[in-house]
Amino acid sequence: MTRFGVIRFPGSCDEVDALQACSHFGHAELLWHRDRDLKGVDAVVVPGGFSYGDYLRPGALARFSPVMEAVAEYAAEGGPVLGICNGFQVLCEAGLLPGALLGNDHMRFRCRQVDVIVENTDTAFTRACERGNSLSIPGKHTTGRYFAPPELLDQLESEGQVVFRYAPGQNPNGSLNDIAGVCNEAGNVVGLMPHPEHAVNPLCSSADGGKLFESATYQGAWPPGNQADSPLGSVA
Amino acid sequence: MKARVLIRPKEGILDPQGQTVERALPALGFEGVSDVRIGRLVELEVPDIAEVEAMCEKLLANPLVEDYEVVAVE
Repeated sequence: MTRFGVIRFPGSCDEVDALQACSHFGHAELLWHRDRDLKGVDAVVVPGGFSYGDYLRPGALARFSPVMEAVAEYAAEGGPVLGICNGFQVLCEAGLLPGALLGNDHMRFRCRQVDVIVENTDTAFTRACERGNSLSIPGKHTTGRYFAPPELLDQLESEGQVVFRYAPGQNPNGSLNDIAGVCNEAGNVVGLMPHPEHAVNPLCSSADGGKLFESATYQGAWPPGNQADSPLGSVA
Repeated sequence: MKARVLIRPKEGILDPQGQTVERALPALGFEGVSDVRIGRLVELEVPDIAEVEAMCEKLLANPLVEDYEVVAVE
């Protein structure tokens, strides 16, 4: 059974939902920001919230917490790491993911369900998806405008590092190229602004977000695109 | 020694804060203002001002999206 570790920083607020989402697909436990080891988990989730109060810049301080040193080592070894919202910001600040998240172009906090298109299924958190799948999951943030300088952006596009894109017309924050999530070169570190952990139960609008956590249980065993065995079934 | 670090969004990066303030100024009677850019100011007391650049690279600024300028105050 896959063991998920969800990091809790001072100021995290979505770690309990992430814990519950993970527990649908395996064993899930909390990791504390002062932990120096990851307790042998198989996948790490850096959750949403306002780590260290978002002081200075979102994610700027959390990246220096002891647990992030362990996460950086784990990521370098190929361990699956998923950053959601503030977790995405933390991973970008830490240099584990390319680019940066800037203030929404309209300057407002926006909370709404968005359709996110899966662009790359060859990552640790999208193996349970098919290319072109549309996942309905909520986005809720003020600092979610994905930015990368032109050269880096070209590289991300050509190397398939754009993992998630907002569906046409649904970009909620002015992200370049409608980018909702990216991965590192190896595909084991993935980050996105919308919240899959809030969408793992049809009673809460959608269960599509479960695909990301389910993907982490594959460990290469399930061939990408084979959804017949998936506990959640196929996503439209 | 006292140092002052001025941090700005890089040239060409959309600055919605600056744009919003720019749009607000004419309503207060201040016409003709353009190119408003909003950044951060960090003041610090440091033993060696030569270290401040490294602090900026590592923590105070995000060099991917921000420019910074270190000024010795006294």
